[in-house]
Amino acid sequence: MTTTVAPTAAAAPTTGKRPRGAKLVRMLPLSPAIGLMLVFLAGPILYCVYAAFTNMALTGPGAANVKFVGLDNFRKAFGSGAFTNAIWLTLVFTLISAIIGQNTLGLGLALLMRKSTKVVRNFVGTAVIGAWVLPEVVAAYLLSAFFNDNGTLNVILHAVGLPGQDWLYGAPIIAVSLANIWRGTAFSMLVYSAALSEIPKEIEESAEMDGAGGWRRLAFVTVPMITRAIMTNLMLITLQTLSVFGLIYAMTRGGPGTKSQTLPLYMYEQAFSFSQIGYGTAIALVMLAIGAVFSLIYLRGLNSEAA
Amino acid sequence: MIARDRMSKLASNLVLLAIGILFVLPLLWVLFASINRTAGLRVELPTHPTLQNFKAVLNTDTTYRPVFNGIVLCGGAALLTMVCAVLAAYPLSRFRTRFNRPFLLTVLFCTGLPITAVMVPVYGLFVQLNLVDTLGGTIMFMATAALPFAIWLTKTFMDGVPISLEEAAWVDGAGNMRALWAIVLPLMWPGIAVVLIFTFIGMWGNFFVPFMLLLSPERLPASVSIFTFFGQYGEPNYGQLAAYSLIYTTPVLLLYLLLSRKLGGAFALGGAIKG
Repeated sequence: MTTTVAPTAAAAPTTGKRPRGAKLVRMLPLSPAIGLMLVFLAGPILYCVYAAFTNMALTGPGAANVKFVGLDNFRKAFGSGAFTNAIWLTLVFTLISAIIGQNTLGLGLALLMRKSTKVVRNFVGTAVIGAWVLPEVVAAYLLSAFFNDNGTLNVILHAVGLPGQDWLYGAPIIAVSLANIWRGTAFSMLVYSAALSEIPKEIEESAEMDGAGGWRRLAFVTVPMITRAIMTNLMLITLQTLSVFGLIYAMTRGGPGTKSQTLPLYMYEQAFSFSQIGYGTAIALVMLAIGAVFSLIYLRGLNSEAA
Repeated sequence: MIARDRMSKLASNLVLLAIGILFVLPLLWVLFASINRTAGLRVELPTHPTLQNFKAVLNTDTTYRPVFNGIVLCGGAALLTMVCAVLAAYPLSRFRTRFNRPFLLTVLFCTGLPITAVMVPVYGLFVQLNLVDTLGGTIMFMATAALPFAIWLTKTFMDGVPISLEEAAWVDGAGNMRALWAIVLPLMWPGIAVVLIFTFIGMWGNFFVPFMLLLSPERLPASVSIFTFFGQYGEPNYGQLAAYSLIYTTPVLLLYLLLSRKLGGAFALGGAIKG
């Protein structure tokens, strides 16, 4: 990347052929994008920072006169069982469905596909990508049917002599995590297929010649060569999973009770069902902070890679 | 050695097939239920296949208007995203200034932000600006949410068009925008198509944004109006729900097929993700 960029960057000023004009004029095409992002992205985030420290509400005293309440919203959040429950469920959901599920399954699929016959590869690829392309709510309905007491999963379990259960009531966070794996694995699979296709064949062959078995090759040759893809993928799917709303909302509405109420659902309930905008934005701020921490780790990784 | 290779190939195939079947099972339900008049929740082959469910949902209120709304909303937002992304990518790709790197890092940073978290203040902003329940406002927000990733992708594709071609145009006196329109864009249309289709597919499935920002039933896109199948009267009609889901999914399936056949979707995406 740097080698292809360097010559043009160096050559451009010396040729002197580019149209003259103030730097600002050249940068003018950026303005529509910057304008939209300032109004609809930066604005709301700043507003979020402000509202999180107020008692803003859609109804009641907070609606008439908005007051600063300092850290009250955050104190209330971290002192509340429902909030800590939501944080806990969000972490479980992200860990099971993204970091373990989508990531490992996606890598596994990409690896297996290199060794399989074309028909099988196409069949599996189409099935996995089909699940990914489906609109969020449709996917949620398909999986609600799948996990239902009378659904397909229990039919299969009974057929092999295992006890079934009403997954959406008995183990809702597991059900929505599996649903998110079903829906999201295609992304990791595509990223890893692309990354694996760029490893030169000779490297793996020579490792094989040196007597490295399948698992050793995987651990010491293949995985180290795609570390960058792994990091990028982990970060993107972690952030996507952190903000999943529609899938869980359509499958369980966060219930039964609060058993699958992750942070986005808790925030939605507080801000809109209970009209506590101030408190809701405080939760949103916590989510943004979690996302920002992940983004910063990712950017650090990218920067150290470039250096 | 060869026997072991064959064994490992067979094992890979079997494991893949098993995973593939697990992925297909939920999809089978929607296919079978859509042609089954008495569809329940389990996968079953209908004894008397019928198109009755499709007939029942193919009317203005249930299907035509929500799908049309979705096309207006997502099409409009995807086009707006694309125009802004191409314009923004040009100076970022062509001129090197001190401003580029911080801006690109900010854009990358924004792709990571959970948009869900911004929805509460965005709703507040929309109330202030009187934009709640307007298509225009929703289009602008959806376009903004998709912009960071679209700028990043577009710039990656634009970097692939050699700058020497434009230098010739500049000598002939063409301005930047003219060079972009006449030289760069025609050479990167596959990239443009990838970004546009990915943006559209992402928006078509998006539930939360229109769910929050639009209220009137006659403005709701298909991703939200699907909730009308769950009335207050207990069990929804699963067959009709399945038929509707299929109709609603068809546009993105076709677009994805177009993408992967013509343009090699996997590699385009993979290449872009590498940054």
